[in-house]
Amino acid sequence: MDFSFSDDQIMFQEAVRDFLTNECPAEVVRSAWENDTGRTDGLWVALAEMGVVGMTAPESAGGLGMDETDLVLLLEEAGRAALPEPLLEHTAVGIPTLAEAGGSLGEAWLERAAAGEATLGASAYGGYAVGAASSDLVLLIGDQVLAVPVDGASLVEHRSVDGSRRLFEVDGDAAVIDADPALAFDRAAAAAAAQCVGVAQHLLDATVEYVAQRYQFGKPVGTYQAVKHHLANAALKIEFARPAARHAAWCIAVGDPDRSRDVSLAKALASEAVDLAARTALQCHGAIGYTFEYDLHLWMKRGWALSATWGDAAWHRNRIAAALGI
Amino acid sequence: MDLSFTPAEEEFREEARTWLAENVPAEPLASMDTAGGFEEHRAWEHILFDAGWAVVSWPERYGGREASLVEWLIFEEEYWASGAPGRVSSNGVSLLAPTIFDFGTPEQQDRFLRSMARGDEIWAQGWSEPDAGSDLAGIKTKARRDGEYFVIDGQKTWCSRGAFADWFFCLVRSDPDSERHAGLSYLLVPVDTEGFEARAVGRLDGEPGFAELFFEGARVHERHLLGGEGEGWAVAMATTGSERGLNLRAPGRFTAAADRLVGLYKELADSQGPDLDRRDQVVGAWMGAQAYRWQTYATEARLRGGTPIGSEASFMKVLWSELDVELHATALRLLGRDGERADSSWMDGYVFALSGPIYAGTNEIQRNIISERVLGLPRR
Repeated sequence: MDFSFSDDQIMFQEAVRDFLTNECPAEVVRSAWENDTGRTDGLWVALAEMGVVGMTAPESAGGLGMDETDLVLLLEEAGRAALPEPLLEHTAVGIPTLAEAGGSLGEAWLERAAAGEATLGASAYGGYAVGAASSDLVLLIGDQVLAVPVDGASLVEHRSVDGSRRLFEVDGDAAVIDADPALAFDRAAAAAAAQCVGVAQHLLDATVEYVAQRYQFGKPVGTYQAVKHHLANAALKIEFARPAARHAAWCIAVGDPDRSRDVSLAKALASEAVDLAARTALQCHGAIGYTFEYDLHLWMKRGWALSATWGDAAWHRNRIAAALGI
Repeated sequence: MDLSFTPAEEEFREEARTWLAENVPAEPLASMDTAGGFEEHRAWEHILFDAGWAVVSWPERYGGREASLVEWLIFEEEYWASGAPGRVSSNGVSLLAPTIFDFGTPEQQDRFLRSMARGDEIWAQGWSEPDAGSDLAGIKTKARRDGEYFVIDGQKTWCSRGAFADWFFCLVRSDPDSERHAGLSYLLVPVDTEGFEARAVGRLDGEPGFAELFFEGARVHERHLLGGEGEGWAVAMATTGSERGLNLRAPGRFTAAADRLVGLYKELADSQGPDLDRRDQVVGAWMGAQAYRWQTYATEARLRGGTPIGSEASFMKVLWSELDVELHATALRLLGRDGERADSSWMDGYVFALSGPIYAGTNEIQRNIISERVLGLPRR
């Protein structure tokens, strides 16, 4: 039993954190709300150059041959920065699923995906594929995994409460690929859990900073116990969701027999954590947090979306019950 | 990162499981908060000690087997899953002993640790006073110097196991002119000290689980001073770290209880049909126990990497104490009309769990610590 990350893993996390702190500030997230794609200008290319985009691809396909335990820390960072790029769909789900499937379709797409030249989307059956219009191939995950080339597919777009998430119904020329749909789904749910943790952490950090400098009745509102205990409760949820999310990543990496149950543990805890963090952040900011100009809502809305997608807390709690035989 | 157990860890688990299966008493012992039950639990501590399971992580010279922290966590999982009795020696073994390892002289370590581990001497904590609970630095019990002795006058209260304990670890004010955190000392007081008396107080369950301690000129030799004179606050804070974090309430206790709760739901669903609301409460309790378990293994890695737990022990204390209440409350709801019956282990567990958010620093204090010392919010 060793729950420590290697120095290399920590260094990669820190490099990505520094990069996103500099290159993905709130105004960049906001710009993704307003453009045609919901994505950023150049961040995906830069992340590809850092090796992040293709990190889960085998080295033979031009990737870094890394697994979910390497990726999970970066997904937390992506959440923390509210990065509006398809790290979940492309790197956490698409690449490993294509690598698993192999065959002509896998080979045709994998190297280009690893290099960041082709972008992969993903959706559960009956869900929405985020950013499908700016993707090249979308995987639809249900009782099978279907691959649909975006070129020639029909896309119906819907607006998300998070303006950077462009939601699409995808209908097109689907090919069944030889990959385990339950595993593909769990990859997505676990990645969403890690991002929820990161979003929640940012919401907490931003609120701690705000209440320390917002004065009322002659002192910082953060000195009041009512505010302190709200924030302690949010911190508690995050503290216990984070190890569960990291454990879920490990379960996927090693093919643990309890993988689905423990991915559900992670996603349920992380969804609950980000839901509480969002409510708490808004309440402790007060009216300023309720404005569109203030940046807080960029993270709140990402949190709402990630909490609900790939199975919300209730869905995953039901799946745990089934796994426990009750 | 490798979140599987090594072959050596699995072997350790198997050895513990096998021994427990063969040795755990078939019938539950009487409550440790009765005179007879206290001695039954003491006898169980002797059995554990003689087989090398009382204090697995301790050095061999004090009766341990120098197990790693992971192995200790494994032992706790197996111990509570086996249905073994509560640990009457836990205030000593879990709270005082880590403090003696850190602050005790070699003589004190040799004098106290082995007899504590075997249950020959069972310890109780004398900290709270009638006017100093959450505000521990407000204690008034005085210890005046008289040559090699401290002469203690004052009163302690809410002393768990105090009615039958052999020794007491007490926080007292040794500098009469001091205030708050300064001028405190940490004294070890034997029950047969002249001028000392422990009087039983009925706890919520009606049993004499509490004691009030009265000191009237009680003389304690300076060799029973733990840590420096006047440095009692720092010593006490080391004890609270053990009390809130890993040592007292390892996750195994709660994962075992959650598994029993799942079993209880299964039984009832088989006979009465499913109830999805209650099922979700069961799942919530199971999730809480698992969340604590993984957070603990993550904490173990941090500790091994040289980062102490510190104020973050408050996260654990809030989690396990509130989980314990929810878990038992859920069980009582599942039991329907039998939920109010006094002769169920779930009711005993519920009544005990309700003390969790109060002792070891109330959860309001823990949330203050989380917000001020972990998150860094301004104190005033």
